[in-house]
Amino acid sequence: MADRVIYAMYDDDMVLLDGAKKLVSEGVHITDVFSPFPIHGIDPVIGVKHTRLGIVSFMFGLLGMALAVIGFKYMMIDNWPMNIGGKPNFTLMQNFPAFVPITFEFTVLFAAHGMAITYLLRNKTLPGMPADNPYPRTTDDRFVMEIRLSDNTKFSASELHAKIKETEIIEIEEKDYVVIK
Amino acid sequence: MQKEASIREPLILGHKTYHDITEDVCRSIEGKAPKTWYVIFGVALILGLFGIGCILYLLGTGIGTWGLNKTVQWAWDITNFVWWVGIGHAGTLISAVLLLFRQKWRMAINRAAEAMTIFAVFMAGLFPLIHMGRLWVGYWVMPIPNQFGSLWVNFNSPLLWDVFAISTYLSVGFVFWYIGLLPDFATIRDRAKNPVSKKMYSILSFGWSGRAKHWNRFEIVSLVLAGLATPLVFSVHSIVSFDFATSVIPGWHTTIFPPYFVAGAVFSGFAMVQTIMLVVRKGLKLEAYLHVKHIEYMNIVIMVTGSIVGVAYLTELFMSWYSGVEYESYAFINRATGPYWWAYAAMMTCNVVSPQLMWFKKLRRSLLFTFFISIVVNIGMWFERFVIIVTSLHQDYLPSSWSMFHPTWVDIGIYIGTIGLFFVFYLAFARYFPILPIAELKTILKSSGESYKNDTAPGRNKPVPALAAAAAAVQEVVAPVAEIETPKVEAPEVDVVIPPVETLKSTAKPASETVSAEEKENRISSLIEKLGKGSADSKDDLKLISGVGPKLEGTLNDIGIYTFEQVSKMSKAEYDLLDSITGTFPGRAERDNWAEQAKTLMNK
Repeated sequence: MADRVIYAMYDDDMVLLDGAKKLVSEGVHITDVFSPFPIHGIDPVIGVKHTRLGIVSFMFGLLGMALAVIGFKYMMIDNWPMNIGGKPNFTLMQNFPAFVPITFEFTVLFAAHGMAITYLLRNKTLPGMPADNPYPRTTDDRFVMEIRLSDNTKFSASELHAKIKETEIIEIEEKDYVVIK
Repeated sequence: MQKEASIREPLILGHKTYHDITEDVCRSIEGKAPKTWYVIFGVALILGLFGIGCILYLLGTGIGTWGLNKTVQWAWDITNFVWWVGIGHAGTLISAVLLLFRQKWRMAINRAAEAMTIFAVFMAGLFPLIHMGRLWVGYWVMPIPNQFGSLWVNFNSPLLWDVFAISTYLSVGFVFWYIGLLPDFATIRDRAKNPVSKKMYSILSFGWSGRAKHWNRFEIVSLVLAGLATPLVFSVHSIVSFDFATSVIPGWHTTIFPPYFVAGAVFSGFAMVQTIMLVVRKGLKLEAYLHVKHIEYMNIVIMVTGSIVGVAYLTELFMSWYSGVEYESYAFINRATGPYWWAYAAMMTCNVVSPQLMWFKKLRRSLLFTFFISIVVNIGMWFERFVIIVTSLHQDYLPSSWSMFHPTWVDIGIYIGTIGLFFVFYLAFARYFPILPIAELKTILKSSGESYKNDTAPGRNKPVPALAAAAAAVQEVVAPVAEIETPKVEAPEVDVVIPPVETLKSTAKPASETVSAEEKENRISSLIEKLGKGSADSKDDLKLISGVGPKLEGTLNDIGIYTFEQVSKMSKAEYDLLDSITGTFPGRAERDNWAEQAKTLMNK
């Protein structure tokens, strides 16, 4: 049987947060929340882990820095040393002060772009991707909880409906769960 | 929810809801552009095309079409380059540095300022590219293996650092800007009615859906990008100043250039933001989001950075005397009293004197005065670069080669052209892109919105789910009955009366639902009679009414309500009738005032 999903709609971020806390304390698993802006404090409630993109950025930064150092060491010191205004060009360390700006720029370039690309890939947000928010108004002023029945096997659908209706919802709908992307 | 000190001025004036923010920002995108927009766009386009023509003429003929000579080898080209890069500093500074410092007022201007940054850096980049002479071999600045043996670019050279600094700045600034735009494009996408614009915004939004996990990532990515962009901003203009400071030309060869240039860049960048935003807020009617307090904050930044610039000018003068180097002293005496004294005087007045007027609260809160000063500062900062570049060069070590610089029409044409192109980009941005960060503004609405700060916001009506409402109704009925039957009941005994509510509740609820099918038919037909018949063909998107979701819309359509016109005719009696038919969420339609909403939607 296809998975079913209940969408509970709220008209306020704080009300959704209160509702989510209540539902979670009753043992309901909230699969996801769609909102027009970040709801602060929702992540620990519905079990969204802290993102590791910061670490990704750091590692890309290290990569950029390493590439820059390897690059100018090869080009300026080993392959074709140039005497420019008498600046020391025999060893990397002696010439390094002149290379600091390039090292910095490469580090930032790689850290920023590496993280941004990872972010887009992980979110599955790329040009031409379809959107999968259940209602168009979740990008305006509506806040929707997605509660999948397969995540809540200990409750029946009607039990879930009853529980959700105890929170201050403005609309509730159950449909087949469709994976858009 | 985080609260803000009540003595802080609100950042969003009046009462706004989340939906109002969306409406206010999207209005200019979804509506028709006013005539003035077309006029300004047309003028900018003509100037831009003229500039492109001048560039093509220069490429076809040669750099000799500029007024450069063997003494003044850098003039308007590098002046314009540095001027545009300087303007391009405010955007990232506003969005990155102010984000790190948690300055919420940045949200009124960050999107627009970032766009300004990107377009300004675009314009800046044109000048060195043209100046290289052979534009088509511009890729030689990249360290790529080539056919000239192993001839690499010179990583010791500030000019090469500039290439990397500016291109890193441009691309990182663009990424920062675009990642913030994704959720706002998604908002526009979900509102778009025209299939073409829906498709366009759907591509632009990359399929953003606003999941909790995505927002979690979004916030970290913004923060880390801000952390990376902050030192980047400082590095870019420092490196631009190295182009001069690492040379041995008197007047350029000074160690205070990096901080002095960075302060100058922030100064000119904020001035340009003021110039543009004062017009934009009026034109797009965004006064509630960008009001006098924001202008005042920016004026304070202008005042502080203007003072830093002033101190730098005086330090330069002092050092030229104190160093005891006669060439250095001469460069500055020549600047102030030589043939270009008027440029020096213009720079001093515009950049040192005018920002000091911002100490007066009345002046820095005056919009007209701010606009005037912002233009003055833009002019002054152009003269600063002109003074640094041309007056340091034009009377060099060899008096026989002293000369003046006279711009040709190509010089002027390219400069005017870049201003035109900049506004072409900017006007297109203001027309098709969300000029305020919709999602970010919503996060500060409740902590910094005026009506929420002084508690004048209308209280939120609690939606009453069907069950509880029925129970409440029953309780109302039961309580008086209990009083009549046992008039002398003691207070505690009232509790005894309550339990029956629990049992009644279960019977009360079905009671409202088990209306006979016939009765329901009757009610529906009487409702439709009052509201007038609608048909599925001329159907409006009822979901636009606050309080109507896709399911309720379906129910309404089943009853026979399709258009805003029908909804607008509803009054108390019809609402009650509707509630008795649908049986869900009683009182909602009345509370949300559907009729009023439908009326406004109808008139759109």
